[in-house]
Amino acid sequence: MSVSKIKKYNNDVLLDVLNLSVTFELKNASVKAVDNISFKIKRGEFLAVVGESGCGKSVSALSILKLLPPKIAKIESTHLIFDGVDISNWTTSQLREIRGKRISMIFQEPMTSLNPVLTIGDQITEPLITHLKLTANEAQNRAIELMSMVGIPEPENRLNQYPHQFSGGMRQRVMIAIGLACEPDLIIADEPTTALDVTIQAQILELLKDISKRLGIAVIMITHNLGVVAAYADNVNVMYAACIIETGSSNDIFKNPSHPYTIGLLRSVPRLDKSREGKLATIYGLPPNLMNPPSGCRFAERCPIYEKQCDNSPALIDNVTSKNAKVACWKTDFAKVTGAKMYASNKKTKKSVPDVNATPILTVNNLKQHFNISLRSGWFTSKSGKVKAVDDVSFSILPGETVGLVGESGCGKTSVGRSILHLNNPTNGDINFQNISMNKDSIALVRRDMQVIFQDPFSSLNPRMTIGKILEEPLIVHKIINDKASRLKRVNELLEQVGLYTYMADRYPHELSGGQRQRVGIARALAMEPKLIICDEPVSALDVSVQAQIINLLEDLQAELGISYLFIAHDLAVVRHISHKVIVMYLGKIMEVADEKSLYSKPQHPYTKALLDAAPVPDPEIEKNRKRTILKGELPSPLNPPPGCVFSTRCPEYTKECSKLTPPLVKFTDEHFVSCIKVKEFNA
Amino acid sequence: MLKYAFNRILLMIPTLIAVAIIVFLVLRVVPGDIVELKLTAEGGEVSMEQIEAEKKRLGLNDPLHIQFYNYMIGIPQGDLGISLWTEKPVAEEIGSRIGLSFQLAIFSTILAVLLAFPLGTLSALFRGTFLDYVIRIITIGGIAVPAFWLGMLLIMLVLSFGKLPPLGTVSFFVDPLTNFNQMIWPAISVGYRYTSVVARMLRSSILEVLSEDYIRTARAKGLYERVVIVKHGMRNALLPTVTVIGLEFAFLLGGLVVTESVFNLNGIGKLFIDSVIRNDLNLLQGLVLTVATAFVLVNLIVDLCYAALDPRIRYQS
Ligand SMILES: Nc1ncnc2c1ncn2[C@@H]1O[C@H](COP(=O)(O)OP(=O)(O)OP(=O)(O)O)[C@@H](O)[C@H]1O
Ligand code: SF4
Ligand code: SF4
Ligand SMILES: [Mg+2]
Repeated sequence: MSVSKIKKYNNDVLLDVLNLSVTFELKNASVKAVDNISFKIKRGEFLAVVGESGCGKSVSALSILKLLPPKIAKIESTHLIFDGVDISNWTTSQLREIRGKRISMIFQEPMTSLNPVLTIGDQITEPLITHLKLTANEAQNRAIELMSMVGIPEPENRLNQYPHQFSGGMRQRVMIAIGLACEPDLIIADEPTTALDVTIQAQILELLKDISKRLGIAVIMITHNLGVVAAYADNVNVMYAACIIETGSSNDIFKNPSHPYTIGLLRSVPRLDKSREGKLATIYGLPPNLMNPPSGCRFAERCPIYEKQCDNSPALIDNVTSKNAKVACWKTDFAKVTGAKMYASNKKTKKSVPDVNATPILTVNNLKQHFNISLRSGWFTSKSGKVKAVDDVSFSILPGETVGLVGESGCGKTSVGRSILHLNNPTNGDINFQNISMNKDSIALVRRDMQVIFQDPFSSLNPRMTIGKILEEPLIVHKIINDKASRLKRVNELLEQVGLYTYMADRYPHELSGGQRQRVGIARALAMEPKLIICDEPVSALDVSVQAQIINLLEDLQAELGISYLFIAHDLAVVRHISHKVIVMYLGKIMEVADEKSLYSKPQHPYTKALLDAAPVPDPEIEKNRKRTILKGELPSPLNPPPGCVFSTRCPEYTKECSKLTPPLVKFTDEHFVSCIKVKEFNA
Repeated sequence: MLKYAFNRILLMIPTLIAVAIIVFLVLRVVPGDIVELKLTAEGGEVSMEQIEAEKKRLGLNDPLHIQFYNYMIGIPQGDLGISLWTEKPVAEEIGSRIGLSFQLAIFSTILAVLLAFPLGTLSALFRGTFLDYVIRIITIGGIAVPAFWLGMLLIMLVLSFGKLPPLGTVSFFVDPLTNFNQMIWPAISVGYRYTSVVARMLRSSILEVLSEDYIRTARAKGLYERVVIVKHGMRNALLPTVTVIGLEFAFLLGGLVVTESVFNLNGIGKLFIDSVIRNDLNLLQGLVLTVATAFVLVNLIVDLCYAALDPRIRYQS
């Protein structure tokens, strides 16, 4: 490389990637996981990369430092200029010198990204000793400094602990400390908060933003959460099927999206800050198979404004309306003008309104589900503890109503669902379903009317049965339809009802996509013509565009058949969109219950407020003016909950009285109940 | 860690008691009668009365619960009864031979571990190359070839290429070199399977560990590849391997029995065969107990190694 070339190079640009492609050479096929992408990032810039699962976000990030398996991944590029030097032809041992020193990475899975047999201190000091040649002692002091910088309490003591002694959020802080250790110029964070709860996500992202701004570190953040992008990113790259299809400032992308895919993506996310106005927009179909991508525009098959010319591949060119923005579409101008129409053609179905005077289909009174768990087991020593997974929970569901159940992981949401289904026998309390008091025996009588849909569509379907057989089975077992011909007719009807093709009856679960499998799960529940479906995180494993399809489907079925749902989820926006009434849980107890509108617009409980505060909304303008109060700390151990109000250890409004007694759930308005002793005070 | 070790050691006691009981019961169920065998072995006619008298003398006619009581009371005092055949104390019979078998076991374990580590590691790091294939063929052999057959093969090889070391084992402390020469061949024939199983386990666990997320993290930190593999990879890969070393020890003991016969070594293995042929209940009982104790001890050591390597185990208790 010539010296003059380096001098001429614009020093402001930290990383300049031109025509990067990555191909995986597999045994019987080759997959072009990244196809000719180019982008630049400036010093101190926060760049977000968004796109659906499998579009090549992680692979492109890993290929910069050649962290992909060298035998099967072929990485090519015109150049890859990092701080004025072309590193595209560097060998791994040359790259080793900048890995962790000038460019560091933070990975998605905090649970598996740290070595389980080495101490935290050892893992943080490693890059310091390797790159900065610090002595063990110096490195240790620096590690303590880094740990307190990323908010790990008592760093001196925790230095000698192992990863399994840390929670997910704390492990991610450790990863950030490792990433920051040598004060790099660039941090690449691959979905750093996807596995974490929303309050912890907010802590981690704020931390990352603060530190990178303070030290002038550029950040490339990969995410599929559009709210996160709006809240933190300066610029955005939107990827689709291995290509970058649109880039621009965060404002450009959210206010003036130009690519039909971006437009669709933005419209398919439910909003935390708005009630449901109508159906969510959905993008038809699925992303193309990268083993055999279409030759023209890769979005063509799903694009609502496809035309003949789209069979030629559009290049990523300057977007005329805003500077620095680029887009790859032949009909950008047309897409912009008709953006709203493109996806809004769906009829504006309002939420079906349940009859408030009807008798509830399900009433749950003082439900308790306690688990005895053994903490230590040996022949001579054993100690057990009690986890109150559900502690005194009461609520009811009307016919045709959707009740949302939200809260962070471990708050007891799933346990509530399982107790109602008697998958676990409740410790205490009564459950009334269609006026039948339920117990181990009577559950069999009502099983047909009460169905369940699980989070993981794959593991809940028998892999050795065809879809047709899976749907036919309950009809046989429960003797719903006795002759074969009408059974098959019903199976086809069910498939159509959930938006699948009848020919899919012959397929096996692994031959369907995640969204399609979830539809099969719904169809299986519908086969029994239930009155109530308990949905346990039914969309959390799905991409946004598919998630929107499933939510719409559930809403349509409700409008058509009058089914009630208990909708368990951790995504507040999804819950708002689908629910009539929302329950917020924390450590096994209900914190607040209200109709969707009052809960989201006038939250009363400090925990609800904190949850809503932590969740970012996909609108950079709102995000810019938003002041966050970030909850401190983490969920306390359920084995040993705090006395009095269970939220007291993290509550910003905490005073001594809160520890004295457990606040009861009291009426705030007709539809709104809160369990906090200070509600009156807040409104005085 | 200390507490963990203590717990583990305590745990051995009920395990051994259970073994003792099971051994006693099982052996009483097995058919066969030593007295008749012993008396007829000396030739001549034996009358019913003689047999009865001999049985009475050896305590075989006592009710079962009395026999059991004597047996269980004896164990903690190191009294395993007397051999029904030689009428010497069982403990003495075993004691005079255990040294040899112990040495052979240790020798082949060391040999196995020393060979298995480089073989397994190389095979994993050079996966898919010629070297890997060669190692995999060698180690498949270890699982397929029975120890006695390999033993005979080795004897023939040694016979045709040189001379066999003198018969009658020489103690390691008297003449280490001769001892080594005498022990190496039996050690190889018992240890081949051991080496192979451990090497194959190590290979697959290294491969598995190297695709873990934390290895990617270690590389992303800019560590030297050697550090990534040895410090981050090997330690984790050792965990399942250590378990296999413990389990395979049982096979090793099985291998000893036949190998000692093939090489005509007067160790526990040979004693085992003799006692089975002669229906010597007391001796057999003592032998099984000894072997079980050895097995339990080895697994204790394995558990402790495991805990030393894996903090998740260490901190659990
Ligand atoms: N080691 C590998 N071998 C073969 N194919 C791979 C490998 N890693 C990734 N791929 C393929 O490359 C494509 C892009 O994957 P990538 O992990 O970059 O997606 P992503 O955008 O990060 O998705 P997600 O949001 O699910 O993390 C996918 O089709 C994937 O199946
Ligand atoms: S190029 Fe054509 S098919 Fe592709 S996104 Fe634009 S309009 Fe749609
Ligand atoms: S009772 Fe006290 S600690 Fe609990 S939420 Fe209300 S103010 Fe916070
Ligand atoms: Mg990814």
